[in-house]
Amino acid sequence: MKRFIKSIVWLLAVIGFGVGIYGMYLRFTTGHRLADYGSYIPWGLWVAFYIYFIGLSAGSFLLSTLVYVARIERLEKIGKLALFTAFGCLVAALLSIWMDLGHMFRVGNVLLHMNLNSMMSWMGILYSSYFAIILVELWFALRVDLIETAQTGNSGSAAFAKFLSFGSTDTSKEAKARDHARLRVLGTIGVPLAIAFHGGVGALFGVVQARPHWNSGLMPIAFLIGALASGGALLTAVVYIWGPDKNKQQLNEIMKFLGKIVLALILFDFLLEIAEFLVGLYSLAPAERLPLEAILHGPYWYVFWIVHFLIGVVVPVIILFARAVPKGQPDKYVGGSIAFACLLVAVTFIAVRFNIVIPAQINPEIPGLEYAFGGPGLKFTYLPSIMEWLVAAWVTCFGVLLFLVGEKILPIVKDDNREVA
Amino acid sequence: MALIDIKPHEIRKRMIDDIRRALQKPIQDRRWVMVIDQEKCVGCTACTTSCVAENHLPPGVVYRPVVEEEHGNYPNVRKSFLPRPCMQCDDPPCVKVCPAHATWKRMDGIIEINYKRCIGCRYCISACPYSARTFDMGYFYTDNTPEIMQYEREPNFEYGKAWPRKDRESSPVGNARKCTYCIHKVEKGMLPACVSTCIGDATYFGDANDPKSLIAELLASPRARKLREEEGTEPATTYLV
Repeated sequence: MKRFIKSIVWLLAVIGFGVGIYGMYLRFTTGHRLADYGSYIPWGLWVAFYIYFIGLSAGSFLLSTLVYVARIERLEKIGKLALFTAFGCLVAALLSIWMDLGHMFRVGNVLLHMNLNSMMSWMGILYSSYFAIILVELWFALRVDLIETAQTGNSGSAAFAKFLSFGSTDTSKEAKARDHARLRVLGTIGVPLAIAFHGGVGALFGVVQARPHWNSGLMPIAFLIGALASGGALLTAVVYIWGPDKNKQQLNEIMKFLGKIVLALILFDFLLEIAEFLVGLYSLAPAERLPLEAILHGPYWYVFWIVHFLIGVVVPVIILFARAVPKGQPDKYVGGSIAFACLLVAVTFIAVRFNIVIPAQINPEIPGLEYAFGGPGLKFTYLPSIMEWLVAAWVTCFGVLLFLVGEKILPIVKDDNREVA
Repeated sequence: MALIDIKPHEIRKRMIDDIRRALQKPIQDRRWVMVIDQEKCVGCTACTTSCVAENHLPPGVVYRPVVEEEHGNYPNVRKSFLPRPCMQCDDPPCVKVCPAHATWKRMDGIIEINYKRCIGCRYCISACPYSARTFDMGYFYTDNTPEIMQYEREPNFEYGKAWPRKDRESSPVGNARKCTYCIHKVEKGMLPACVSTCIGDATYFGDANDPKSLIAELLASPRARKLREEEGTEPATTYLV
């Protein structure tokens, strides 16, 4: 079954990557002209994908710190998987926002001409640090395994592992202990960093006074909880399929533990959402009300009600309550059903991100502006174009393939922990 | 509207004199301000058109749309018009959010964009409460015709530099763009395009720091209002309502 799921994921990723290349071709040859965003709705699908992936990355990373900082033993075997998932999502997120820039090759200006008043400059600083931390942490987490693979594995992956170990050969007990200590320090630095950069993405929206739907102190907190819920859910699904499954009992325990965490996080995230909606709908100001009304019963109502609420909250919550919460001897389907519920949460969370980015921009800041002057991009409606979807698909599949290939050639989960190598 | 005792044919001459006097001063002593008299605006959009022509604006980029507002119910219906240039705020949200210091407030009050530095993230567009910034996506008016016309490639002179529209990638394509109060013209002692083409003399321009200027007198009018004052942006552009 797992082998079948893995093949499906590979197949989908390769197809999406291939088809997405056409979108990338269009993006690089026609720039932004085939996109549906413009001047009055300046941020579209790619910004939504960016905050979606960065949330998945932050959530997954924060869960990895349960291993390296909080030292929760039963999760020990999935630490590297959590880090690597966070890495894949981070790459997808950065690619996604990079595609969105009007001048992609000037992105360095964010660091060269930093404006500390701008949340986006802070993103530049924090992402660079996070990227570095995650790479260094992955290396220390993998170091001993790399050395072992270099000695025992087959020729190709052994050579690669040898290269990646950068000449390090010490696998003594003391060296391992040193690695653990370093990982703890790195993870400890990583926790406030992950909170800062994802809370910071929330603040990036939260500080925009011109868009009352974003302009709320709840934004950074909602982003963080959303990140933990979606990133935790993704990790849970990933652990089930790619994680250590030699010891069935242990896998089920991990799945139930993660399932409970995800359940609590989804419910908490939903609570924040309800607060945001109820307070916003009480307001008489159109700029507050219109975005919420558009989410609840606008033309794209199904994004909220069907994709997010039904498939992303109700169904997973029911499954998780039924499968992850009960005590006692789990049956053999428990892991699979928790993974399925979590996959639903992780995939449908893009709807939440979409509903944060787009509806806030549909209310004309000056009433009647849309009729004052016509032209491409001068409108207050938005539906992502095919090109935007194709680019988003390519970026997503790039991240997925990066994960799949990395998982194959790196000792993320060692073969002797696996049922099917 | 005998707000100020000045004959219509003297208005432009006086404004030009005001500008030339201001240019004698160091830049930090100037404070460029635009005043728009909504009572006099007839909604002809000559300002919008002259702005597009002066700055060679491509499709989808507009600096000064004129927003029409309808009031009352039939048969008691009136229209008012709101030309909306950049507000050149004293506390500009666009400058605050720019991640690359690509936009800033000059000493004379104009918000400038460095087209060469702008990364095109459009954060400033999101943050402007007046939608005064638009994104140049690289269109030409003669797209889908046999040839992109040369006149569309001719440079504009925003911020006193020549910006030819070479291709669909180089700046100003891919940048956020906005009204500059035609500072390239003003610094040569001329009026902004929208002011010089206004058929009803509804748009005024000058140095607010000069008490003898026409603009300073207009700013003292009890009819003077700023757009969305509650935003705290302290706009320089002022409306007489």
